[in-house]
Amino acid sequence: MSEQQHITLPEGSIERQTQTLNLGPTHPATHGVFQNILEIDGERIVSSESTVGYIHRAFEKIAERRPYYQITPLTDRLNYCSSPINNMGWHMTVEKLLGIQTPKRVDYLRVIIMELARITDHLICNGVVGVDSGAFSGFLYLMKYRELAYEIYEEICGSRLTTNIGRVGGFERNFTPAAFEKIERFLKEYPVALKEFETLMNRNRIFMERTQGVGPISAERAINYGFTGPNLRAAGVDYDVRVAQPYSSYEDFEFNIPVGTTGDCYDRFLVRNAEMWESLSIIRQAMDKLKDLPSDVYHADVPAYYLPEKSAVYTKMEALIYHFKIIMGESDILPGELYNPVEGANGELGFYLISDGGRSPYRLHFRRPCFIYYQAYAELIKGAMLSDAVICMSSLNLIAGELDA
Amino acid sequence: MSLTNDYIKQRLAEKFGESISQVEESFGMLSFAAPKDLNLKVMQFLYDDEELQFRFLTDLTAVHYPNRTGEELAVVYHLYNFRERVRLRFKVYTSIEDTRVFTATRLFESANWMERETYDFFGVNFVGHPNLKRILNVDEMTYFPMRKEFPLEDQTRTDKDDEMFGRGGHIGI
Repeated sequence: MSEQQHITLPEGSIERQTQTLNLGPTHPATHGVFQNILEIDGERIVSSESTVGYIHRAFEKIAERRPYYQITPLTDRLNYCSSPINNMGWHMTVEKLLGIQTPKRVDYLRVIIMELARITDHLICNGVVGVDSGAFSGFLYLMKYRELAYEIYEEICGSRLTTNIGRVGGFERNFTPAAFEKIERFLKEYPVALKEFETLMNRNRIFMERTQGVGPISAERAINYGFTGPNLRAAGVDYDVRVAQPYSSYEDFEFNIPVGTTGDCYDRFLVRNAEMWESLSIIRQAMDKLKDLPSDVYHADVPAYYLPEKSAVYTKMEALIYHFKIIMGESDILPGELYNPVEGANGELGFYLISDGGRSPYRLHFRRPCFIYYQAYAELIKGAMLSDAVICMSSLNLIAGELDA
Repeated sequence: MSLTNDYIKQRLAEKFGESISQVEESFGMLSFAAPKDLNLKVMQFLYDDEELQFRFLTDLTAVHYPNRTGEELAVVYHLYNFRERVRLRFKVYTSIEDTRVFTATRLFESANWMERETYDFFGVNFVGHPNLKRILNVDEMTYFPMRKEFPLEDQTRTDKDDEMFGRGGHIGI
Protein backbone atom coordinates (compact mmCIF):
# COMPACT_ATOMS: atom_id res chain seq x y z
CA MET A 1 0.00 0.00 0.00
CA SER A 2 1.23 3.48 -0.80
CA GLU A 3 1.61 6.52 1.40
CA GLN A 4 -1.60 7.91 -0.05
CA GLN A 5 -3.60 5.73 2.27
CA HIS A 6 -4.56 8.56 4.60
CA ILE A 7 -6.39 10.36 1.79
CA THR A 8 -10.08 9.47 1.79
CA LEU A 9 -10.94 8.62 -1.78
CA PRO A 10 -14.49 8.92 -3.06
CA GLU A 11 -16.42 5.69 -3.55
CA GLY A 12 -15.76 4.09 -6.92
CA SER A 13 -12.38 5.65 -7.51
CA ILE A 14 -9.42 3.68 -8.72
CA GLU A 15 -8.28 2.53 -5.27
CA ARG A 16 -11.44 0.52 -4.78
CA GLN A 17 -10.70 -3.13 -5.27
CA THR A 18 -14.00 -4.40 -6.66
CA GLN A 19 -16.60 -3.02 -8.98
CA THR A 20 -20.29 -3.57 -9.49
CA LEU A 21 -21.60 -4.99 -12.72
CA ASN A 22 -25.20 -5.40 -13.74
CA LEU A 23 -25.62 -8.65 -15.63
CA GLY A 24 -29.09 -8.23 -17.04
CA PRO A 25 -32.06 -7.65 -16.84
CA THR A 26 -31.89 -7.57 -20.65
CA HIS A 27 -28.56 -9.02 -21.51
CA PRO A 28 -28.16 -11.14 -24.66
CA ALA A 29 -26.36 -13.84 -22.68
CA THR A 30 -29.06 -14.37 -20.09
CA HIS A 31 -31.88 -15.79 -22.28
CA GLY A 32 -34.69 -14.10 -20.44
CA VAL A 33 -35.25 -11.36 -17.94
CA PHE A 34 -32.70 -12.09 -15.23
CA GLN A 35 -30.85 -9.43 -13.33
CA ASN A 36 -27.75 -10.24 -11.36
CA ILE A 37 -25.85 -7.53 -9.58
CA LEU A 38 -22.31 -8.84 -9.50
CA GLU A 39 -19.50 -7.58 -7.36
CA ILE A 40 -16.40 -8.39 -9.38
CA ASP A 41 -12.72 -8.23 -8.72
CA GLY A 42 -11.23 -8.04 -12.19
CA GLU A 43 -13.05 -10.93 -13.87
CA ARG A 44 -13.63 -12.89 -10.71
CA ILE A 45 -17.02 -12.79 -9.01
CA VAL A 46 -16.84 -11.86 -5.35
CA SER A 47 -20.54 -11.86 -4.62
CA SER A 48 -23.80 -11.55 -6.47
CA GLU A 49 -27.40 -10.78 -5.86
CA SER A 50 -30.24 -11.94 -8.08
CA THR A 51 -33.31 -9.84 -8.68
CA VAL A 52 -36.38 -11.65 -9.94
CA GLY A 53 -39.96 -10.72 -10.67
CA TYR A 54 -39.64 -8.71 -13.89
CA ILE A 55 -42.35 -10.70 -15.63
CA HIS A 56 -44.50 -11.57 -12.64
CA ARG A 57 -48.09 -11.94 -13.83
CA ALA A 58 -49.89 -12.98 -10.63
CA PHE A 59 -51.06 -16.36 -11.96
CA GLU A 60 -51.93 -17.62 -8.51
CA LYS A 61 -54.24 -14.68 -7.91
CA ILE A 62 -55.79 -14.92 -11.38
CA ALA A 63 -56.39 -18.65 -10.86
CA GLU A 64 -58.63 -17.87 -7.89
CA ARG A 65 -61.11 -16.30 -10.29
CA ARG A 66 -60.99 -18.74 -13.20
CA PRO A 67 -62.93 -21.93 -13.76
CA TYR A 68 -60.68 -24.98 -13.78
CA TYR A 69 -60.47 -25.33 -17.55
CA GLN A 70 -59.42 -21.70 -17.94
CA ILE A 71 -56.38 -22.26 -15.74
CA THR A 72 -54.70 -24.52 -18.33
CA PRO A 73 -53.60 -21.55 -20.48
CA LEU A 74 -52.01 -19.99 -17.37
CA THR A 75 -49.89 -23.09 -16.85
CA ASP A 76 -48.70 -22.83 -20.48
CA ARG A 77 -46.85 -19.70 -19.57
CA LEU A 78 -44.87 -21.12 -16.68
CA ASN A 79 -42.14 -23.18 -18.31
CA TYR A 80 -42.93 -22.24 -21.90
CA CYS A 81 -40.22 -24.52 -23.30
CA SER A 82 -42.27 -27.53 -22.23
CA SER A 83 -45.85 -26.29 -21.90
CA PRO A 84 -47.49 -29.71 -22.45
CA ILE A 85 -45.99 -31.05 -19.20
CA ASN A 86 -47.47 -28.13 -17.28
CA ASN A 87 -50.85 -28.55 -18.98
CA MET A 88 -51.03 -32.24 -18.23
CA GLY A 89 -49.77 -31.77 -14.70
CA TRP A 90 -52.70 -29.45 -14.15
CA HIS A 91 -55.20 -31.81 -15.78
CA MET A 92 -53.93 -34.68 -13.65
CA THR A 93 -54.22 -32.57 -10.51
CA VAL A 94 -57.87 -31.82 -11.26
CA GLU A 95 -58.50 -35.44 -12.20
CA LYS A 96 -57.02 -36.56 -8.91
CA LEU A 97 -59.26 -34.13 -7.05
CA LEU A 98 -62.34 -35.31 -8.92
CA GLY A 99 -61.36 -38.97 -8.78
CA ILE A 100 -61.32 -39.42 -12.54
CA GLN A 101 -59.61 -42.57 -13.85
CA THR A 102 -58.19 -42.07 -17.31
CA PRO A 103 -58.00 -44.96 -19.79
CA LYS A 104 -54.58 -46.46 -20.50
CA ARG A 105 -54.54 -45.07 -24.00
CA VAL A 106 -54.95 -41.53 -22.69
CA ASP A 107 -52.08 -42.13 -20.26
CA TYR A 108 -49.81 -43.38 -23.03
CA LEU A 109 -50.71 -40.53 -25.37
CA ARG A 110 -49.92 -38.14 -22.54
CA VAL A 111 -46.62 -39.86 -21.91
CA ILE A 112 -45.69 -39.43 -25.58
CA ILE A 113 -46.45 -35.72 -25.49
CA MET A 114 -44.79 -35.15 -22.14
CA GLU A 115 -41.60 -36.92 -23.19
CA LEU A 116 -41.60 -35.00 -26.45
CA ALA A 117 -41.85 -31.82 -24.40
CA ARG A 118 -39.01 -32.98 -22.18
CA ILE A 119 -36.85 -33.50 -25.26
CA THR A 120 -37.67 -30.05 -26.68
CA ASP A 121 -36.87 -28.46 -23.32
CA HIS A 122 -33.57 -30.30 -22.89
CA LEU A 123 -32.46 -29.67 -26.45
CA ILE A 124 -32.94 -25.93 -26.01
CA CYS A 125 -31.10 -25.98 -22.72
CA ASN A 126 -28.19 -28.06 -23.92
CA GLY A 127 -28.05 -26.23 -27.24
CA VAL A 128 -27.81 -22.94 -25.40
CA VAL A 129 -25.07 -24.21 -23.09
CA GLY A 130 -23.18 -24.91 -26.31
CA VAL A 131 -23.94 -21.44 -27.70
CA ASP A 132 -22.75 -19.77 -24.51
CA SER A 133 -19.49 -21.66 -24.67
CA GLY A 134 -18.99 -20.66 -28.29
CA ALA A 135 -20.36 -23.64 -30.24
CA PHE A 136 -23.32 -22.49 -32.27
CA SER A 137 -23.65 -25.37 -34.72
CA GLY A 138 -24.95 -27.97 -32.27
CA PHE A 139 -27.78 -25.67 -31.34
CA LEU A 140 -28.79 -25.28 -34.98
CA TYR A 141 -28.75 -29.03 -35.62
CA LEU A 142 -31.10 -29.64 -32.72
CA MET A 143 -33.33 -26.63 -33.26
CA LYS A 144 -34.52 -28.14 -36.55
CA TYR A 145 -36.13 -30.94 -34.55
CA ARG A 146 -37.83 -28.66 -32.10
CA GLU A 147 -39.63 -27.38 -35.15
CA LEU A 148 -40.71 -30.93 -35.94
CA ALA A 149 -41.87 -31.45 -32.36
CA TYR A 150 -43.87 -28.23 -32.55
CA GLU A 151 -45.48 -29.49 -35.73
CA ILE A 152 -46.58 -32.55 -33.78
CA TYR A 153 -48.19 -30.34 -31.13
CA GLU A 154 -49.78 -28.33 -33.89
CA GLU A 155 -51.23 -31.48 -35.40
CA ILE A 156 -52.70 -32.50 -32.05
CA CYS A 157 -53.95 -29.26 -30.53
CA GLY A 158 -53.49 -26.53 -33.12
CA SER A 159 -50.86 -24.45 -31.37
CA ARG A 160 -47.13 -24.57 -30.94
CA LEU A 161 -45.55 -22.78 -28.01
CA THR A 162 -48.30 -22.16 -25.49
CA THR A 163 -50.11 -25.34 -26.29
CA ASN A 164 -53.15 -25.56 -23.98
CA ILE A 165 -53.05 -29.22 -24.97
CA GLY A 166 -55.56 -31.75 -23.69
CA ARG A 167 -58.52 -31.34 -21.39
CA VAL A 168 -59.47 -32.59 -17.95
CA GLY A 169 -60.18 -36.25 -18.70
CA GLY A 170 -58.05 -36.65 -21.82
CA PHE A 171 -57.53 -34.93 -25.13
CA GLU A 172 -59.89 -32.61 -26.97
CA ARG A 173 -59.68 -34.77 -30.09
CA ASN A 174 -58.05 -37.98 -31.16
CA PHE A 175 -54.53 -38.03 -32.60
CA THR A 176 -54.65 -37.95 -36.37
CA PRO A 177 -52.69 -40.46 -38.48
CA ALA A 178 -50.53 -37.51 -39.54
CA ALA A 179 -49.61 -36.91 -35.90
CA PHE A 180 -48.46 -40.50 -35.51
CA GLU A 181 -46.52 -40.27 -38.76
CA LYS A 182 -44.74 -37.17 -37.49
CA ILE A 183 -43.94 -38.83 -34.18
CA GLU A 184 -42.49 -41.78 -36.08
CA ARG A 185 -40.47 -39.38 -38.21
CA PHE A 186 -39.22 -37.67 -35.06
CA LEU A 187 -38.21 -41.01 -33.56
CA LYS A 188 -36.34 -41.88 -36.74
CA GLU A 189 -34.58 -38.59 -37.43
CA TYR A 190 -33.94 -37.08 -34.02
CA PRO A 191 -31.52 -39.76 -32.77
CA VAL A 192 -29.28 -39.06 -35.77
CA ALA A 193 -29.12 -35.35 -34.92
CA LEU A 194 -28.67 -36.02 -31.21
CA LYS A 195 -25.83 -38.44 -31.95
CA GLU A 196 -24.19 -35.81 -34.11
CA PHE A 197 -24.68 -33.21 -31.36
CA GLU A 198 -23.06 -35.51 -28.84
CA THR A 199 -20.09 -36.16 -31.11
CA LEU A 200 -19.65 -32.41 -31.41
CA MET A 201 -19.88 -31.65 -27.71
CA ASN A 202 -19.43 -34.49 -25.24
CA ARG A 203 -15.71 -35.15 -25.69
CA ASN A 204 -14.88 -31.76 -27.13
CA ARG A 205 -11.80 -30.56 -25.25
CA ILE A 206 -12.76 -26.87 -25.39
CA PHE A 207 -16.29 -27.56 -24.24
CA MET A 208 -15.10 -29.81 -21.42
CA GLU A 209 -12.62 -27.21 -20.21
CA ARG A 210 -15.32 -24.57 -20.24
CA THR A 211 -17.89 -26.60 -18.31
CA GLN A 212 -16.09 -29.08 -16.05
CA GLY A 213 -15.81 -27.84 -12.50
CA VAL A 214 -17.95 -24.80 -13.28
CA GLY A 215 -20.81 -24.18 -10.88
CA PRO A 216 -20.53 -27.48 -8.99
CA ILE A 217 -22.79 -28.41 -6.10
CA SER A 218 -22.68 -31.35 -3.72
CA ALA A 219 -25.66 -33.66 -3.32
CA GLU A 220 -26.18 -32.48 0.23
CA ARG A 221 -26.19 -28.79 -0.67
CA ALA A 222 -28.40 -29.46 -3.69
CA ILE A 223 -31.00 -31.15 -1.49
CA ASN A 224 -30.79 -28.36 1.05
CA TYR A 225 -31.29 -25.82 -1.72
CA GLY A 226 -34.37 -27.64 -2.98
CA PHE A 227 -32.88 -28.77 -6.29
CA THR A 228 -34.99 -31.18 -8.33
CA GLY A 229 -34.92 -32.59 -11.82
CA PRO A 230 -31.75 -32.92 -13.92
CA ASN A 231 -29.87 -30.43 -11.73
CA LEU A 232 -30.34 -32.61 -8.66
CA ARG A 233 -29.59 -35.79 -10.58
CA ALA A 234 -26.36 -34.26 -11.88
CA ALA A 235 -25.31 -33.94 -8.25
CA GLY A 236 -25.86 -37.67 -7.81
CA VAL A 237 -29.33 -38.01 -6.29
CA ASP A 238 -31.56 -40.38 -8.25
CA TYR A 239 -34.81 -38.57 -7.50
CA ASP A 240 -37.34 -38.53 -10.32
CA VAL A 241 -41.07 -38.04 -9.69
CA ARG A 242 -41.83 -40.40 -12.59
CA VAL A 243 -40.31 -43.22 -10.55
CA ALA A 244 -40.85 -42.05 -6.98
CA GLN A 245 -44.57 -41.42 -7.45
CA PRO A 246 -45.57 -42.71 -10.86
CA TYR A 247 -48.37 -40.86 -12.60
CA SER A 248 -49.96 -41.32 -16.02
CA SER A 249 -48.89 -45.01 -16.07
CA TYR A 250 -45.14 -44.28 -16.02
CA GLU A 251 -44.81 -47.51 -14.04
CA ASP A 252 -45.50 -49.42 -17.28
CA PHE A 253 -42.30 -48.18 -18.89
CA GLU A 254 -38.69 -49.30 -18.65
CA PHE A 255 -36.25 -46.45 -18.40
CA ASN A 256 -33.10 -45.42 -16.60
CA ILE A 257 -32.53 -42.37 -14.43
CA PRO A 258 -29.17 -40.94 -15.46
CA VAL A 259 -27.20 -39.40 -12.60
CA GLY A 260 -23.99 -37.40 -12.44
CA THR A 261 -21.44 -37.06 -9.68
CA THR A 262 -20.15 -33.51 -9.31
CA GLY A 263 -23.23 -31.45 -10.12
CA ASP A 264 -21.22 -29.10 -12.36
CA CYS A 265 -22.27 -27.70 -15.72
CA TYR A 266 -20.73 -30.61 -17.60
CA ASP A 267 -22.64 -33.18 -15.54
CA ARG A 268 -25.87 -31.30 -15.94
CA PHE A 269 -25.26 -31.28 -19.69
CA LEU A 270 -24.56 -35.01 -19.80
CA VAL A 271 -27.57 -35.85 -17.63
CA ARG A 272 -29.86 -33.90 -19.95
CA ASN A 273 -28.39 -35.57 -23.01
CA ALA A 274 -28.84 -39.01 -21.46
CA GLU A 275 -32.41 -38.13 -20.50
CA MET A 276 -33.22 -37.30 -24.10
CA TRP A 277 -32.21 -40.84 -25.07
CA GLU A 278 -34.38 -42.24 -22.29
CA SER A 279 -37.30 -40.07 -23.41
CA LEU A 280 -36.91 -41.35 -26.96
CA SER A 281 -37.02 -44.89 -25.65
CA ILE A 282 -40.15 -44.13 -23.60
CA ILE A 283 -41.90 -42.66 -26.65
CA ARG A 284 -40.94 -45.77 -28.65
CA GLN A 285 -42.36 -48.04 -25.93
CA ALA A 286 -45.54 -45.98 -25.73
CA MET A 287 -46.01 -46.14 -29.50
CA ASP A 288 -45.69 -49.92 -29.35
CA LYS A 289 -48.11 -50.21 -26.44
CA LEU A 290 -50.68 -48.11 -28.31
CA LYS A 291 -50.90 -50.75 -31.04
CA ASP A 292 -52.63 -53.15 -28.63
CA LEU A 293 -55.25 -50.64 -27.51
CA PRO A 294 -58.51 -49.55 -29.15
CA SER A 295 -57.66 -46.57 -31.32
CA ASP A 296 -60.80 -44.53 -30.67
CA VAL A 297 -60.34 -43.86 -26.95
CA TYR A 298 -58.91 -40.45 -26.22
CA HIS A 299 -60.74 -39.27 -23.12
CA ALA A 300 -62.21 -40.62 -19.91
CA ASP A 301 -65.94 -41.14 -19.66
CA VAL A 302 -66.78 -38.16 -17.46
CA PRO A 303 -69.66 -36.31 -19.11
CA ALA A 304 -69.93 -33.79 -16.27
CA TYR A 305 -66.42 -32.44 -16.87
CA TYR A 306 -65.46 -33.36 -20.41
CA LEU A 307 -67.01 -31.20 -23.12
CA PRO A 308 -69.23 -33.36 -25.39
CA GLU A 309 -68.87 -33.57 -29.16
CA LYS A 310 -70.53 -30.72 -31.02
CA SER A 311 -72.70 -33.08 -33.08
CA ALA A 312 -74.00 -34.69 -29.90
CA VAL A 313 -74.79 -31.27 -28.41
CA TYR A 314 -77.15 -30.55 -31.32
CA THR A 315 -78.91 -33.89 -31.20
CA LYS A 316 -78.86 -35.26 -27.64
CA MET A 317 -80.41 -33.69 -24.58
CA GLU A 318 -77.82 -34.91 -22.04
CA ALA A 319 -74.97 -33.64 -24.14
CA LEU A 320 -76.66 -30.25 -24.42
CA ILE A 321 -77.16 -30.07 -20.66
CA TYR A 322 -73.54 -30.97 -19.91
CA HIS A 323 -72.27 -28.62 -22.58
CA PHE A 324 -74.26 -25.81 -21.01
CA LYS A 325 -73.20 -26.67 -17.47
CA ILE A 326 -69.53 -26.87 -18.35
CA ILE A 327 -69.50 -23.68 -20.39
CA MET A 328 -71.42 -21.77 -17.74
CA GLY A 329 -69.14 -23.21 -15.07
CA GLU A 330 -71.87 -24.96 -13.14
CA SER A 331 -70.24 -28.35 -12.75
CA ASP A 332 -69.61 -28.97 -9.08
CA ILE A 333 -65.98 -29.35 -8.12
CA LEU A 334 -65.49 -31.38 -4.95
CA PRO A 335 -63.87 -29.75 -1.94
CA GLY A 336 -60.43 -31.08 -1.17
CA GLU A 337 -56.80 -30.29 -0.68
CA LEU A 338 -53.98 -31.95 -2.54
CA TYR A 339 -50.42 -31.57 -3.69
CA ASN A 340 -49.74 -33.21 -7.01
CA PRO A 341 -46.22 -33.23 -8.44
CA VAL A 342 -45.09 -34.10 -11.95
CA GLU A 343 -41.57 -34.35 -13.27
CA GLY A 344 -41.26 -31.15 -15.28
CA ALA A 345 -38.38 -30.75 -17.70
CA ASN A 346 -36.35 -28.76 -15.18
CA GLY A 347 -37.56 -30.27 -11.93
CA GLU A 348 -40.50 -31.16 -9.80
CA LEU A 349 -43.47 -29.09 -10.84
CA GLY A 350 -46.04 -29.22 -8.08
CA PHE A 351 -49.64 -28.05 -7.92
CA TYR A 352 -50.92 -27.33 -4.44
CA LEU A 353 -54.66 -27.00 -4.87
CA ILE A 354 -57.28 -26.19 -2.27
CA SER A 355 -60.85 -26.43 -3.43
CA ASP A 356 -63.68 -25.27 -1.20
CA GLY A 357 -66.34 -26.62 -3.53
CA GLY A 358 -66.46 -23.43 -5.59
CA ARG A 359 -65.99 -23.40 -9.34
CA SER A 360 -62.55 -21.86 -9.12
CA PRO A 361 -59.74 -22.95 -6.78
CA TYR A 362 -59.79 -21.43 -3.31
CA ARG A 363 -56.02 -21.37 -3.50
CA LEU A 364 -53.66 -22.66 -6.14
CA HIS A 365 -49.94 -22.61 -5.62
CA PHE A 366 -47.41 -23.65 -8.25
CA ARG A 367 -44.22 -25.20 -6.97
CA ARG A 368 -41.95 -23.86 -9.67
CA PRO A 369 -38.69 -25.78 -9.67
CA CYS A 370 -36.45 -23.05 -11.05
CA PHE A 371 -37.71 -20.43 -8.61
CA ILE A 372 -36.46 -22.65 -5.84
CA TYR A 373 -33.11 -23.70 -7.22
CA TYR A 374 -32.21 -20.30 -8.66
CA GLN A 375 -31.40 -19.11 -5.14
CA ALA A 376 -28.32 -21.33 -5.22
CA TYR A 377 -26.95 -19.35 -8.17
CA ALA A 378 -25.08 -16.88 -5.95
CA GLU A 379 -23.31 -19.76 -4.25
CA LEU A 380 -22.60 -21.59 -7.51
CA ILE A 381 -20.82 -18.66 -9.16
CA LYS A 382 -18.98 -17.29 -6.15
CA GLY A 383 -15.30 -17.12 -7.02
CA ALA A 384 -15.93 -18.08 -10.65
CA MET A 385 -15.09 -16.05 -13.73
CA LEU A 386 -17.68 -13.80 -15.34
CA SER A 387 -17.87 -16.03 -18.42
CA ASP A 388 -18.50 -19.05 -16.19
CA ALA A 389 -21.47 -17.28 -14.63
CA VAL A 390 -23.09 -17.08 -18.06
CA ILE A 391 -22.62 -20.79 -18.78
CA CYS A 392 -23.73 -21.70 -15.28
CA MET A 393 -26.96 -19.77 -15.74
CA SER A 394 -27.85 -21.44 -19.01
CA SER A 395 -26.97 -24.90 -17.71
CA LEU A 396 -29.36 -24.49 -14.79
CA ASN A 397 -32.21 -24.27 -17.31
CA LEU A 398 -33.86 -21.20 -15.84
CA ILE A 399 -37.07 -20.19 -17.53
CA ALA A 400 -38.13 -16.64 -16.73
CA GLY A 401 -41.84 -17.40 -17.08
CA GLU A 402 -41.66 -20.09 -14.48
CA LEU A 403 -39.36 -18.17 -12.19
CA ASP A 404 -41.73 -15.24 -11.90
CA ALA A 405 -45.08 -17.02 -12.33
CA MET B 1 -39.21 -51.04 6.75
CA SER B 2 -41.57 -48.74 5.10
CA LEU B 3 -42.66 -45.54 6.69
CA THR B 4 -46.42 -45.42 7.07
CA ASN B 5 -48.60 -42.44 7.91
CA ASP B 6 -49.77 -44.24 11.04
CA TYR B 7 -46.23 -44.60 12.24
CA ILE B 8 -45.47 -40.90 11.64
CA LYS B 9 -48.64 -39.98 13.51
CA GLN B 10 -47.63 -42.18 16.40
CA ARG B 11 -44.13 -40.71 16.59
CA LEU B 12 -45.48 -37.17 16.47
CA ALA B 13 -48.01 -37.93 19.19
CA GLU B 14 -45.26 -39.39 21.38
CA LYS B 15 -43.06 -36.37 20.93
CA PHE B 16 -45.51 -33.47 20.88
CA GLY B 17 -48.63 -34.95 22.43
CA GLU B 18 -51.64 -32.67 22.35
CA SER B 19 -49.91 -29.96 20.32
CA ILE B 20 -50.45 -31.85 17.07
CA SER B 21 -53.91 -31.15 15.72
CA GLN B 22 -55.99 -31.42 12.55
CA VAL B 23 -54.43 -34.73 11.64
CA GLU B 24 -55.92 -35.95 8.40
CA GLU B 25 -55.04 -37.94 5.34
CA SER B 26 -56.34 -36.66 2.07
CA PHE B 27 -55.27 -38.29 -1.19
CA GLY B 28 -52.83 -40.43 0.77
CA MET B 29 -50.83 -37.55 2.19
CA LEU B 30 -50.58 -37.04 5.92
CA SER B 31 -51.44 -33.52 6.99
CA PHE B 32 -51.30 -31.98 10.44
CA ALA B 33 -51.06 -28.65 12.20
CA ALA B 34 -49.07 -27.44 15.20
CA PRO B 35 -48.89 -24.18 17.19
CA LYS B 36 -46.79 -21.64 15.36
CA ASP B 37 -44.10 -21.36 18.04
CA LEU B 38 -43.44 -25.09 17.64
CA ASN B 39 -42.90 -25.00 13.87
CA LEU B 40 -39.10 -25.25 14.05
CA LYS B 41 -39.17 -27.89 16.75
CA VAL B 42 -41.50 -30.06 14.71
CA MET B 43 -39.46 -29.67 11.53
CA GLN B 44 -36.18 -30.25 13.36
CA PHE B 45 -37.63 -33.43 14.86
CA LEU B 46 -38.83 -34.63 11.46
CA TYR B 47 -35.43 -33.77 9.99
CA ASP B 48 -33.19 -35.31 12.65
CA ASP B 49 -35.08 -38.45 13.53
CA GLU B 50 -33.31 -41.47 12.07
CA GLU B 51 -36.51 -43.12 10.93
CA LEU B 52 -38.46 -40.11 9.75
CA GLN B 53 -35.75 -38.20 7.86
CA PHE B 54 -37.91 -35.53 6.26
CA ARG B 55 -34.95 -33.63 4.88
CA PHE B 56 -36.33 -32.00 1.78
CA LEU B 57 -38.51 -28.94 1.89
CA THR B 58 -40.58 -29.36 -1.25
CA ASP B 59 -42.77 -26.34 -0.92
CA LEU B 60 -43.60 -23.50 1.41
CA THR B 61 -46.55 -21.21 0.96
CA ALA B 62 -49.48 -19.66 2.79
CA VAL B 63 -53.26 -19.62 2.57
CA HIS B 64 -55.57 -16.87 3.76
CA TYR B 65 -58.81 -17.81 5.52
CA PRO B 66 -60.47 -14.47 6.36
CA ASN B 67 -63.26 -16.10 8.37
CA ARG B 68 -61.10 -17.97 10.87
CA THR B 69 -60.65 -15.37 13.58
CA GLY B 70 -57.25 -15.53 15.24
CA GLU B 71 -55.80 -17.94 12.70
CA GLU B 72 -56.40 -16.20 9.41
CA LEU B 73 -53.13 -17.18 7.80
CA ALA B 74 -51.93 -20.74 7.40
CA VAL B 75 -48.28 -21.30 6.54
CA VAL B 76 -48.03 -24.62 4.72
CA TYR B 77 -44.87 -26.71 4.52
CA HIS B 78 -44.57 -29.76 2.28
CA LEU B 79 -41.80 -32.08 3.41
CA TYR B 80 -40.39 -35.10 1.64
CA ASN B 81 -38.42 -38.15 2.68
CA PHE B 82 -36.17 -39.29 -0.18
CA ARG B 83 -35.45 -42.72 1.21
CA GLU B 84 -39.01 -43.86 1.87
CA ARG B 85 -40.62 -41.63 -0.76
CA VAL B 86 -43.13 -40.21 1.69
CA ARG B 87 -44.59 -36.74 1.64
CA LEU B 88 -46.32 -34.87 4.40
CA ARG B 89 -47.99 -31.53 4.84
CA PHE B 90 -47.47 -29.44 7.93
CA LYS B 91 -49.35 -26.27 8.78
CA VAL B 92 -49.04 -23.55 11.31
CA TYR B 93 -51.72 -20.92 11.78
CA THR B 94 -51.12 -17.33 12.69
CA SER B 95 -53.39 -14.38 13.31
CA ILE B 96 -53.32 -11.58 10.78
CA GLU B 97 -52.52 -8.96 13.44
CA ASP B 98 -49.38 -10.72 14.62
CA THR B 99 -47.95 -12.60 11.68
CA ARG B 100 -44.66 -13.58 13.26
CA VAL B 101 -43.55 -17.13 12.46
CA PHE B 102 -40.05 -18.52 12.93
CA THR B 103 -38.02 -18.85 9.76
CA ALA B 104 -36.98 -22.24 8.42
CA THR B 105 -33.91 -20.87 6.66
CA ARG B 106 -31.51 -22.32 9.27
CA LEU B 107 -32.80 -25.77 8.43
CA PHE B 108 -33.37 -25.41 4.68
CA GLU B 109 -31.57 -22.95 2.40
CA SER B 110 -34.46 -23.37 -0.02
CA ALA B 111 -36.80 -21.69 2.47
CA ASN B 112 -35.10 -18.36 1.84
CA TRP B 113 -36.87 -17.30 -1.33
CA MET B 114 -40.02 -19.26 -0.60
CA GLU B 115 -40.40 -17.33 2.65
CA ARG B 116 -39.71 -14.07 0.86
CA GLU B 117 -42.43 -14.98 -1.62
CA THR B 118 -44.84 -15.83 1.21
CA TYR B 119 -44.02 -12.54 2.91
CA ASP B 120 -44.47 -10.70 -0.37
CA PHE B 121 -47.94 -12.06 -1.04
CA PHE B 122 -49.38 -12.73 2.43
CA GLY B 123 -47.34 -10.58 4.80
CA VAL B 124 -46.13 -13.44 6.97
CA ASN B 125 -43.30 -12.02 9.03
CA PHE B 126 -40.63 -14.71 9.25
CA VAL B 127 -38.65 -13.98 12.38
CA GLY B 128 -34.91 -14.46 11.90
CA HIS B 129 -34.97 -14.46 8.10
CA PRO B 130 -31.68 -13.08 6.77
CA ASN B 131 -33.18 -10.95 4.01
CA LEU B 132 -36.94 -10.62 4.37
CA LYS B 133 -37.97 -8.27 1.58
CA ARG B 134 -40.30 -8.44 -1.38
CA ILE B 135 -39.22 -10.72 -4.19
CA LEU B 136 -41.73 -10.75 -7.08
CA ASN B 137 -43.61 -7.51 -6.46
CA VAL B 138 -42.14 -4.02 -6.47
CA ASP B 139 -40.52 -2.83 -3.26
CA GLU B 140 -42.86 0.16 -3.04
CA MET B 141 -45.95 -2.00 -2.67
CA THR B 142 -47.71 -1.38 0.63
CA TYR B 143 -50.14 -4.31 0.76
CA PHE B 144 -50.10 -8.09 0.46
CA PRO B 145 -51.96 -8.93 -2.73
CA MET B 146 -52.81 -12.61 -2.26
CA ARG B 147 -54.98 -11.88 0.76
CA LYS B 148 -58.60 -12.44 0.01
CA GLU B 149 -59.67 -8.84 0.66
CA PHE B 150 -58.03 -7.75 -2.57
CA PRO B 151 -60.43 -8.51 -5.37
CA LEU B 152 -58.96 -9.45 -8.71
CA GLU B 153 -61.63 -8.13 -11.03
CA ASP B 154 -62.90 -4.68 -11.80
CA GLN B 155 -65.34 -3.75 -9.02
CA THR B 156 -68.04 -2.67 -11.45
CA ARG B 157 -68.37 -6.13 -12.96
CA THR B 158 -71.07 -8.37 -11.60
CA ASP B 159 -70.38 -11.41 -13.77
CA LYS B 160 -67.32 -12.20 -11.66
CA ASP B 161 -69.06 -12.07 -8.29
CA ASP B 162 -68.44 -14.88 -5.84
CA GLU B 163 -71.85 -16.37 -6.49
CA MET B 164 -70.81 -16.91 -10.09
CA PHE B 165 -68.09 -19.20 -8.74
CA GLY B 166 -70.40 -21.26 -6.56
CA ARG B 167 -69.72 -19.42 -3.34
CA GLY B 168 -72.46 -17.77 -1.35
CA GLY B 169 -71.91 -14.15 -0.42
CA HIS B 170 -68.56 -12.54 -0.64
CA ILE B 171 -65.14 -13.48 0.59
CA GLY B 172 -63.47 -10.56 2.28
CA ILE B 173 -65.10 -7.48 0.82
